[in-house]
Amino acid sequence: MSEEGKPVRRPRTPRETQELVERSLRRRYGAERRFRAYGLCAVILGIAFVAFLFATILAQGVSVFRQAYVQLDVFYDPEVIDPSGTRREDDLRLADYEALVRTALRAEFPGIEGRRDVRQLTRLVSSGAAHELQRRVLANPGLVGQRERVWLLASADVDLLLKGEIARDEIGEEGRLSEEQLAWIDTLRERGRLELRFNRTFFVNGDSREPEQAGVRGAVMGSFFTLLLTLILSFPIGVAAAVYLEEFAPRNRWTDLIEVNINNLAAVPSIVFGLLGLAVFIGFFGLPRSAPLVGALVLTLLTLPTIIIAARAALKAVPPSIRDAALAMGASPIQTVVHHVLPLAMPGILTGTIIGMARALGETAPLLMIGMVAFIVDVPSGFTDPATALPVQIFLWSDSPERGFVERTSGAIIVLLAFLIVMNTAAVLLRRRFERRW
Amino acid sequence: MNDSATLDESRIRSAGAEPHADAPRARAAERLAGGEFSTVGDVTVPDPIFSCRHVNVYYGEKHAIRDVSIDIARQEVLAMIGPSGCGKSTFLRCLNRMNDTIPSARVTGSILLDGRDIYDRKQDVVQLRARVGMVFQKPNPFPKSIYENVAYGPRIHGLAADRVELDEIVHTSLQRAGLWDEVKDRLSQPATSLSGGQQQRLCIARTIAVNPEVILMDEPCSALDPIATARIEDLIDELRATYAIVIVTHSMQQAARVSQRTAYFHLGSLVEVGPTERIFTNPRHRLTEAYITGRFG
Repeated sequence: MSEEGKPVRRPRTPRETQELVERSLRRRYGAERRFRAYGLCAVILGIAFVAFLFATILAQGVSVFRQAYVQLDVFYDPEVIDPSGTRREDDLRLADYEALVRTALRAEFPGIEGRRDVRQLTRLVSSGAAHELQRRVLANPGLVGQRERVWLLASADVDLLLKGEIARDEIGEEGRLSEEQLAWIDTLRERGRLELRFNRTFFVNGDSREPEQAGVRGAVMGSFFTLLLTLILSFPIGVAAAVYLEEFAPRNRWTDLIEVNINNLAAVPSIVFGLLGLAVFIGFFGLPRSAPLVGALVLTLLTLPTIIIAARAALKAVPPSIRDAALAMGASPIQTVVHHVLPLAMPGILTGTIIGMARALGETAPLLMIGMVAFIVDVPSGFTDPATALPVQIFLWSDSPERGFVERTSGAIIVLLAFLIVMNTAAVLLRRRFERRW
Repeated sequence: MNDSATLDESRIRSAGAEPHADAPRARAAERLAGGEFSTVGDVTVPDPIFSCRHVNVYYGEKHAIRDVSIDIARQEVLAMIGPSGCGKSTFLRCLNRMNDTIPSARVTGSILLDGRDIYDRKQDVVQLRARVGMVFQKPNPFPKSIYENVAYGPRIHGLAADRVELDEIVHTSLQRAGLWDEVKDRLSQPATSLSGGQQQRLCIARTIAVNPEVILMDEPCSALDPIATARIEDLIDELRATYAIVIVTHSMQQAARVSQRTAYFHLGSLVEVGPTERIFTNPRHRLTEAYITGRFG
């Protein structure tokens, strides 16, 4: 306040002021440039990490889309398949199809005799080849007695060799390919009977102990059923809860308590939800283990807080003037919400839902608790069939010792990412459709 | 002593009064507003549509409207004027119970619409708002098409039997609001593409589409330019033949132009009410006089 002790300053001339401003301007622009540089660095770093992630996964996983197949002339010998000549499905199912594969292979290499050599020869072909022949015969019993040229799955070792995953000098170690097998492989390749083809197996099969037969279909369907049910349950419940809390509930201690608890639930570790699902849905209600139904219930609990919080924020962002307008027109509170507020909040609600669903899609821990980690070969066809989910499948494969599962793991990650990208694109399109200016 | 004076002054300021108002005068105003006087002028009219008696409104602890009694006549424009924060908008929002949306708001006293208390438990709010329409300060059309904006009210109240009748209602409403010629070729375009003045006329069209008895207008022209304002004022003058209109305005010229009766509010109290001409030429209360001569407000 008191300025008496200080020397009296001469008022600045406009020129001096200008100089001061200029100097400070330089400083301000410097700060601005620095800030922009920091931001740019952060963005570049982020993009670099994402690029690195995608590059590694693609590099490791892209080979999964091709798979070694052997082309064989198979004779569906009635003597082997159906010696009694009944053509009944049960008899056709139980036949020794491996013998057909063996015969076809020996026909390719006529000189081979002796149990050991024959066994080594048959090891070039996957055990899934017999299943493939069985499937063909069951689908078309008329094949019996016919001759057919088919592409059959090669074994995992052959596949890895063709892809360069195992070197030729590794041969003989760890019970891998022998010198003879190597020679046969070379012969088959020369004849054009062994090549890498599009890997249909990966997309139509369920899980398997044999890497060359393992596919993501089971996990994809499991994830699909789980997510579908999660969406069906969590979207209406979440939106209804948000609408009630935001538009109708009185503001008192109870609603405050509910709000705090919803925020807390959003931060609960997901494995806790898994334990709760195990105790309540499986232990108490006796729902089937490993089922998408239970997975969906658990993931619903997990995504609900996210959806509710996002939906409330979106509802809060709707300008009050719209509510006033509707109420003053004589719209009832529920009409106001349904006709005017919800449509305007929908883009925000959808964004929140998609974030919640994306989290649910990638969630592994709670599914482990409710048994969706089991080894399940069959592709689930409903909400109560035993199933696994994509992230759990990735977890399972990454844990498998066979080298063939390395590329399967990356392949499954690619499928999971594709799933996510499709979902997010759908969300963006939906958003666009609902977005309106006011 | 000193403390209470600054307190008083700050209260006046927060109420939006002239910041230069000196403390003693502000204290006097506060005392007057405290209910130590009754409204100057005749608050009653013959055959009123609205009859308000001893209305008090509280926002939590805040006493926003103090013992206001006033009648509103049919086929008449009543202008409510007064400095910002004097409660005129609050009072207006009592008339169609829009204050219900504010959880802390509490209304006492009686407001009779055609002899029935609108705060009666049997009164349906939706029905009340169909009878008492409202136009807001900022044009707030729904983010839908022009047609849908006008058709919304008749549709939710089931006023149109079929599409033809609905078209008819939309047509006449837009025509009465003086908007038809400007929008007839683009009824399906979004209402937000209209100019501010057009949007406000659309809001009026939307309100009259449900054929209310009273239209409340809360500073309908404060966001508009003079030309758009003049159009709305002409419109109000035409609508007076059919509806009772209550308009809150900050512009004394506007009050003088459009209204037949004027009510002057000050700090939540109704200070003076009377025929517009008399209020503006011969105000009886010195607060009214101070306000309309521009000494504060």
